[in-house]
Amino acid sequence: MNSLIILPILIPLLTGIILIFFSKNIPVQKLISVISSLLMVLSALYLAVAVYQDGIQTMNLSNWEAPFGITLVSDMLSALLVLTTSVIALACLLYSFRSIGKERESFFYYPVFFFLVLGINGAFTTGDIFNLFVFFEVMLMASYVLLVLGGTKIQLRETIKYILVNVISSALFVIAVAYLYSVVGTLNMAHISERISQIGQPGIVTVIAVFFLLVFGIKGAIFPLYFWLPGSYYAPPAPVMAMFGALLTKVGVYSITRTYTLFFYHDTGYTHGLLEILSIFTIIVGVIGAIAYSDVKKIIIYNVIVAVGVILFGVATLTEESLAGSVFYLIHDMIIKAALFLLIGIIVKITGTSSIKKMGGLIHQYPGLAWTFFIAALALAGIPPLSGFAGKVLIVRSGLESGNYWGAGIVLLSSLFVLFSVMKIFINVFWGSPRAYRQQEPVPAKWLLAAPAVLTAFAVLYGLGTEALYPIISLAAETLSNPEIYINAVLKE
Amino acid sequence: MEILMAFLIGILFMSATYLMLSKSLLRIIVGTGLLSHGAHLLILTMGGLKRGAAPLLGQHAEAYADPLPQALILTAIVISFGVTAFFLVLAYRAYQELGTDNMDRMRGKEGNE
Repeated sequence: MNSLIILPILIPLLTGIILIFFSKNIPVQKLISVISSLLMVLSALYLAVAVYQDGIQTMNLSNWEAPFGITLVSDMLSALLVLTTSVIALACLLYSFRSIGKERESFFYYPVFFFLVLGINGAFTTGDIFNLFVFFEVMLMASYVLLVLGGTKIQLRETIKYILVNVISSALFVIAVAYLYSVVGTLNMAHISERISQIGQPGIVTVIAVFFLLVFGIKGAIFPLYFWLPGSYYAPPAPVMAMFGALLTKVGVYSITRTYTLFFYHDTGYTHGLLEILSIFTIIVGVIGAIAYSDVKKIIIYNVIVAVGVILFGVATLTEESLAGSVFYLIHDMIIKAALFLLIGIIVKITGTSSIKKMGGLIHQYPGLAWTFFIAALALAGIPPLSGFAGKVLIVRSGLESGNYWGAGIVLLSSLFVLFSVMKIFINVFWGSPRAYRQQEPVPAKWLLAAPAVLTAFAVLYGLGTEALYPIISLAAETLSNPEIYINAVLKE
Repeated sequence: MEILMAFLIGILFMSATYLMLSKSLLRIIVGTGLLSHGAHLLILTMGGLKRGAAPLLGQHAEAYADPLPQALILTAIVISFGVTAFFLVLAYRAYQELGTDNMDRMRGKEGNE
């Protein structure tokens, strides 16, 4: 029993509510939001340390005993994800201060931003399948508002599609939970896992597993359910795009990881075989998109899809090593995607266009931007010793060990194409002769560069410190591959 | 009773799918409403239907209905109510801004090149 678990959920909730009252006073909003983001990072850090030292932390809300009430569970994976989310939220917030614009700031941008963080942290922390649905909805509601805020034509159009897709997937989520409830008669995730292993996963549970894959696959953008993502993520401004690209799809990926390691691990030949095939196709379509487009935003957006595929390939292999690789890669990808989205946000702001054919020569005027982008691009592709390397090595090695040469080969090959796609941006945008760009207002490039530069530095440190971080990551993977640890922590205190 | 509910839910899903495939934005929103109604009734049916018993009657009650699906539906109804309200306002704003509620004509060039 540890009440600290709720802090990373409670802080953004209270901040969001308080900020609503200061909607016209922007300096106060900024001050409050920075203070509470810092508090959130500190509490998440404290929580991660507590989980590392004392094992899984749980909290029964309203003191209802475990299988009956809603339980919050923080194991190493969820603590790490909450910490990463809080850090990225702080970075995006600081970036927003000078880029998001007055009209969005005075129409509840910051409160909604915190509600989004609330939903994400809650989804990572909850130990109750229906509560996961509720936090999904909190997160989605905030994302609808962030997506449409500003009201440009493309935003309105894309938000309609995005809401429709998510309303359908939410209805499917409710249906999947209803089916699961009728089979196992409980909603507590640890209790569900225990009951499914008692009945030994009959056919109906496998059907429900595929249903859950469908639901989370829509949110996490796996093949063939990724169709909505490139359009919707294209519309909002850079900091919102960074939050979406770095965090929202990862919530779907986390949910697949959680359900496929905790509930549905008895019939792996079918469920995980399906997940493996889908993840490989996800990588392929992502790579094709990343190569085909000559639009900076689109290239990075398709790289989000590639990363989803790589992480889920590790989950589908389902060995302790591959799960460690997936956790490694998941956190790496959250950090580096946020950095890249913020960087291309600066590029788009400077040049006033997002087509790489209309840019060139930025390295002369903005060398800091160019080199930060270069390092972030190498880290994305997984060049050692940067952060993408360790995760990919573990995923590929365990894929080879389990005899899946095709899958492992495609993961390896995808790194090459990912590198090509980001280097295409680097060469076209930063090299060549400088051009004159029409800017409506001066771009505070130094300020804007701070947040992605710090995130890139984190990515570099994360790569260099792989050896030191490995015990922490393997602790997360150990919990994932042995559901008994999770069950014991929740049900038998 | 369960069979009857299954048919009802099936019809709701069918109409919802039909409406969501149409071009008019308003019909699509009505479709999402029907879809969530179907999902809510499905939760109720999955919890097991029982006549003539209240959810909670103390520890020694002879018969009681499962209260959990009802609690879930309540939550889901509130959420879908909020989303539908937001969707309607968005649709109206999009109609003002884009001048159409036809999904085909809403397709723009920006971001689709």
